Amino acid sequence: MYLTDEQQAILNGEKGETMAKVMQTLVKYGEIFGATKMVSVTGKHNHLVTSFGLKALAPVYALMDQLIEAGAVSKQTFSVDPRPLDKNVPSNLLLDFIFKNFMYSKQDFYEGQLQKLGLMDKDAFTCTCYMEQVGNKPQKGDVLSWAESSAVVYANSVLGARCNRNSGIMDIMGSIVGFVPYFGLLTDEGRKATWLVEIKTTKKPEAQLLGSAIGMKVMEEVPFITGLSQWLGTELDDAACTYLKDMGAATASNGAVGLYHVENLTPEAKEQGAGLIAEGVKVYVIDDAELQRVYDSYPVIWKDREAKPKLCFMGCPHMSLQQLKDWTDKVEQGLKAAGSTKVVIPTVFTASPAVLKEFNATPYAQRLKATGVITSYICPLMYMNNPLAGKMPVITSSNKLRTYTTARYYTDDEILVQITKGGK
Amino acid sequence: MKTFQGRVITAGTVKAQALVSHGGLNTLASFQKALQFGDKKATCGDQNNPDLYGKQMAGKALCLPMTIGSTTGGLVLYCACSMHRQPACMLFSNPIDSLAAAGAVLADVWLEDVSMPVVDSLGEEFLHYVKDGMTVTIGENGVVTVE
Repeated sequence: MYLTDEQQAILNGEKGETMAKVMQTLVKYGEIFGATKMVSVTGKHNHLVTSFGLKALAPVYALMDQLIEAGAVSKQTFSVDPRPLDKNVPSNLLLDFIFKNFMYSKQDFYEGQLQKLGLMDKDAFTCTCYMEQVGNKPQKGDVLSWAESSAVVYANSVLGARCNRNSGIMDIMGSIVGFVPYFGLLTDEGRKATWLVEIKTTKKPEAQLLGSAIGMKVMEEVPFITGLSQWLGTELDDAACTYLKDMGAATASNGAVGLYHVENLTPEAKEQGAGLIAEGVKVYVIDDAELQRVYDSYPVIWKDREAKPKLCFMGCPHMSLQQLKDWTDKVEQGLKAAGSTKVVIPTVFTASPAVLKEFNATPYAQRLKATGVITSYICPLMYMNNPLAGKMPVITSSNKLRTYTTARYYTDDEILVQITKGGK
Repeated sequence: MKTFQGRVITAGTVKAQALVSHGGLNTLASFQKALQFGDKKATCGDQNNPDLYGKQMAGKALCLPMTIGSTTGGLVLYCACSMHRQPACMLFSNPIDSLAAAGAVLADVWLEDVSMPVVDSLGEEFLHYVKDGMTVTIGENGVVTVE
């Protein structure tokens, strides 16, 4: 790999042994993918995936300490994935004990490390850092060193930024030296679509199911999706962005998609159209039956399939402001139709602290509160990842949460029935 | 017995029993129990992976097409290596993906006395041929023998 004098000097140890190891890591990583050079990180802020002070990640904290002690801290400030704990979320004494004393006992310590490494602000904890309210929205063409699969696929696809699917730790290393290896989704060639996904459904596909189907089929490749603009329109308005946020997260958790193009909608597809499609493209047709097949393939791993749900999580990835407002309307209408005033299953809507702050300043917040729905900045996935919560019958319309936990997936409409009528 | 030629990602020689995933390995979903709850055998916790779910991954020759899922994947592998709960080796039929590569490189550069040889690009036939329990040997220069 060609290195500039500055990069070579870092590798040679002129900025210390730790910085040399950081550069060595990035060079080795890039060489695996045939990177011929390093390019500057141009995004204003970074985004990290590791937000949780999980006791089990002791090796990560040791490495972070090594970086801090050597002064090898980020050149950018950064946001980070959601916090794992929130006292507003229903729990019990035993769960609280496990969270605080066993699982996330390093949370305060790790947040202290993040402060030293360059955290944007004390509430910059969300998987949807690209929301306007959060303030970490890259520009088209920005080169990023982000991790968090749902944020990376959104930044690449919807915003037109350039970022590989970096792993945790690798994310901060690129930011520390200010360079990332040039390969994959950073290159024009790597952004060409090798799958043509034709949507031929009779109604607007459920975003999470569609993303899941695409992810399972194309895995790490780049799909060019046609037939969606009839449902989403041709402008990246709030509704379209929200849909793509949820669809993209599912492509990245059930597969390894880092970039998708949507015909007539996403920025590069609008500019280049079919020119983005590589030669020898493979075709995947998605119709109603295919989506049903995917839905039916989801395993239900509750001990008792007929158990009454004890908790509902919505917002993985975190909800947008408009989503919170729309769901307030939906829940109210659902309850009215059911002749009830409160949700019948404890329900948590999650969003970033910044989005929640803005939501709480609207009349919707009191209306939602009146329905019994709780709002939180938590990461539902982090809440669910323990044996006690794992045994709890939790429902969600998040395919990502379903993939990583025992939560049971229902479509948005089904969730609404569950929480307002108890599944009747 | 059959031999396959791959590309060395992380050098090393090893002989171990094969554990085969025909679908992508979701690293976070697969290893999270091992990391969080002291399971030294690294029992796979990924409900969506019928090939691996409930099986011991530590010490096995993990044969797979690629890894998928959360971008914590690389650091999860790094932690598994640091805690000595890693597979004996990882053998990819496809070119390695960015998350698995990160895990392999992080362990290689930042951890001492930890070995997890990684070979990729072994080809589709490798995954068709290798079965759970077969003996897999990584030799020099990315040659993998399955018997």
